[in-house]
Amino acid sequence: MSLLSVKNLNLSIHGDAILKDVSFDIQAGEVLGVVGESGSGKSMMAFSLMQLLPSGAQVSGAAQFGDTDLLSISEKKMCSLRGQDMAIIFQEPMTALNPVKTIGDQVAETLIVHGKANRREALQIARERLNRVGLPADRFPLDRYPHQLSGGQRQRVVIALAIALRPKLLIADEPTTALDVTTQAQILDLLKSLVDDEGMALTLITHDLAVVAGLADHVAIMKKGEIVEAGATARVFSNMKHPYTRQLLAASDHVPKRENQSTKAPLLEVKSAIRNYTLPRMSIFGKPPVFRAVNNVSFTLRQGESLGLVGESGCGKSTLTRAILGLDPLQGGKIFLDGQVVRAGRFMDPVQRRKMQVVFQDPFGSFNPRHKVARLVAEPFFVMEDPPRGSALTAAINEALTSVGLTHDDADKYIHEFSGGQRQRIAIARALIIKPSLIVLDEAVSALDVSIRAQILDLLAELSEKFNLSYLFISHDLSVVRAITDRVLVMKSGEIVESGPTQEVFDAPAHAYTNQLIEATPRLSDFNAATG
Amino acid sequence: MRIPRSLIIGGALFALFLAGALISFVWVPYNVETLNIAGKFKLPSGTNWFGTDHFGRDIFSMIMVGARTSIAVAIVAVGIGIVVGVPLGLAAAANHGSILDEVIMRGNDLVFAFPSLVIAILITAVFGPSAVNAIIAIGIFNIPVFARISRGAALSIWTLDYILSARVAGKRAWRISVEHILPNIANLLIVQGTIQFSLGILAEAALSYVGLGAQPPTPSWGRMLADSQTMISFAPHLALFPGFAIVFTVLGLNLMGDGLRDILDPKIRRSRR
Repeated sequence: MSLLSVKNLNLSIHGDAILKDVSFDIQAGEVLGVVGESGSGKSMMAFSLMQLLPSGAQVSGAAQFGDTDLLSISEKKMCSLRGQDMAIIFQEPMTALNPVKTIGDQVAETLIVHGKANRREALQIARERLNRVGLPADRFPLDRYPHQLSGGQRQRVVIALAIALRPKLLIADEPTTALDVTTQAQILDLLKSLVDDEGMALTLITHDLAVVAGLADHVAIMKKGEIVEAGATARVFSNMKHPYTRQLLAASDHVPKRENQSTKAPLLEVKSAIRNYTLPRMSIFGKPPVFRAVNNVSFTLRQGESLGLVGESGCGKSTLTRAILGLDPLQGGKIFLDGQVVRAGRFMDPVQRRKMQVVFQDPFGSFNPRHKVARLVAEPFFVMEDPPRGSALTAAINEALTSVGLTHDDADKYIHEFSGGQRQRIAIARALIIKPSLIVLDEAVSALDVSIRAQILDLLAELSEKFNLSYLFISHDLSVVRAITDRVLVMKSGEIVESGPTQEVFDAPAHAYTNQLIEATPRLSDFNAATG
Repeated sequence: MRIPRSLIIGGALFALFLAGALISFVWVPYNVETLNIAGKFKLPSGTNWFGTDHFGRDIFSMIMVGARTSIAVAIVAVGIGIVVGVPLGLAAAANHGSILDEVIMRGNDLVFAFPSLVIAILITAVFGPSAVNAIIAIGIFNIPVFARISRGAALSIWTLDYILSARVAGKRAWRISVEHILPNIANLLIVQGTIQFSLGILAEAALSYVGLGAQPPTPSWGRMLADSQTMISFAPHLALFPGFAIVFTVLGLNLMGDGLRDILDPKIRRSRR
């Protein structure tokens, strides 16, 4: 008898079909991986099991959990199930905890709400659960507040909260997507050990095939609200039947065809760069403390080269990027672009500005929502002394849009009419329009689905050949950096700890930290070997 | 898109008074400067819809002309707040953390720290009671409101990537503020504008009530209220109609602000779906 048995689950919201005939079973002590790209309905499936759907949702089918049908029970009964028999973990640990309550209180709250313990007992159990998720009492007393913890530690608190009452089923919706690779590896280990030790069933919802490959007993691949392929993990990966699964796997570790076209001539030289942040004053008369985000960093990017910069969040890579782009001043050292010093802000030479462009991570925050695409794409022309006007401007916009695979009709649309992948193409078009020598790609593909990511990587490879571009590719995602760069720099705590040709660094990392990063990255290669 | 009911009702209420004010330029039932002592204290009737006051003036006509004063004072006062306050707020946000930011925001705090109506009374008392001085007095207190709200909203937009790419394109702070920030905070300013507008009408009424607003013979709602005070026991309609006029205009504007916020704020719009 399955712990949860879902049969023909259908969901529509305001008449739009979101889920179509979804059926699956989960046994106690088993991990089910649900994989799909954004919009595949994987989160909505979890929400319908927990009855957390938005208004206007219509559900049909059956979800048998023990003797109850989750889809038809009343909200009151559901409340007693939530937290006690089934629990859910969300993606974003930064917003999942209440910032004004201590972590002990938050974990104890579930126990008190369900009437399982009085406050004192609840705090004791909370302590024990926090120990279980790897937050020991000596370093993490119950009276800590969420802001005193890192993202990974917060996600541990969220997990402790979810498992406080030892639920039979835990649903984890992209639990590690917002975390660094090394933290991700730890959280995945924790989830796995909870399943093994406590006989809990885990539904792991993710967009990352590699995460599922290492963890799940069974997988279900979702596309547009349907499960297109399901079965035991090893069998699905070694014998893929559905074309979408194959496509997803191919896209996951896609390596675009490109050639190393780097020359000897240096394009960007960073020499002993130092960047400090002034922190808030601790006392009225004392000097405010200074945080050194970039410490004595030096490197050279050659013309035509694609250089990767990897590191975890907070390592200083974005700060370094801003200094390279001339947005923030350095406190020490110098940056040269084409032999000329980069100066921050309004001191920067417009001629130099023209040589650099940037593509940011967030396809949603990168554009002013009130301007049309033509105006957005043409913005860098501002830096030219004699920008094209009239028909020449239209032609330039069309050329930029065409080179990223869009059409001239798109110029007249607003940005909200485009998907995430299309927006990233528009961001690249904007960077290309003034024909720069260097494009800084700051996590440019991190927010994209794997199949879209593969397309954008191909596009980047193609454009670099066509326009002789150099890339500075900043990312926390090692597999992407491996696919698109010639050389790589590894950054940790504001310093570059290792650098070298990408292949060499990844195959034989010299620094312990690089090794740690590579070890922590989930891999698909084991299964690929099986498929040949 | 569904138009919120509050916007329809509020807009209709305000439109009624606006129409009254505009029509009063070309036509009023009776001249409000003609006294008719014989016809004083008439109750509302077919000839004088809202009755007449202690000088025999037609109250309906006075409400119409009074709307003119109230709306004009409030519009200009809000205008002063926007024209001075918004650039200050944008400048403070663009130079976040700098001395300029500090000076602007602490200056705002200083203005905020004074009880606004008392200072408005002081200003009009020093420079003489008139509609123009009332406008200036009310306008000054609108400046920090708009400065603060535009600084706060602008700060959150300054952190977005499209501002960074505008900076990479070499655009200066003032150009970014005008091209990228202002259009994106406009809806907030519109909503705040309607609210300040209603506060402006209240403030004008209060100043006229103490005799520091528009001077006789120009009719004003606040002074109508003040004049009727001693006669309220035997001629309550003298106080009721200007009182209703103030209440319904302010209510209308507040409802309108509410409705506009619902339409213009995409976050609220989405959750209402």
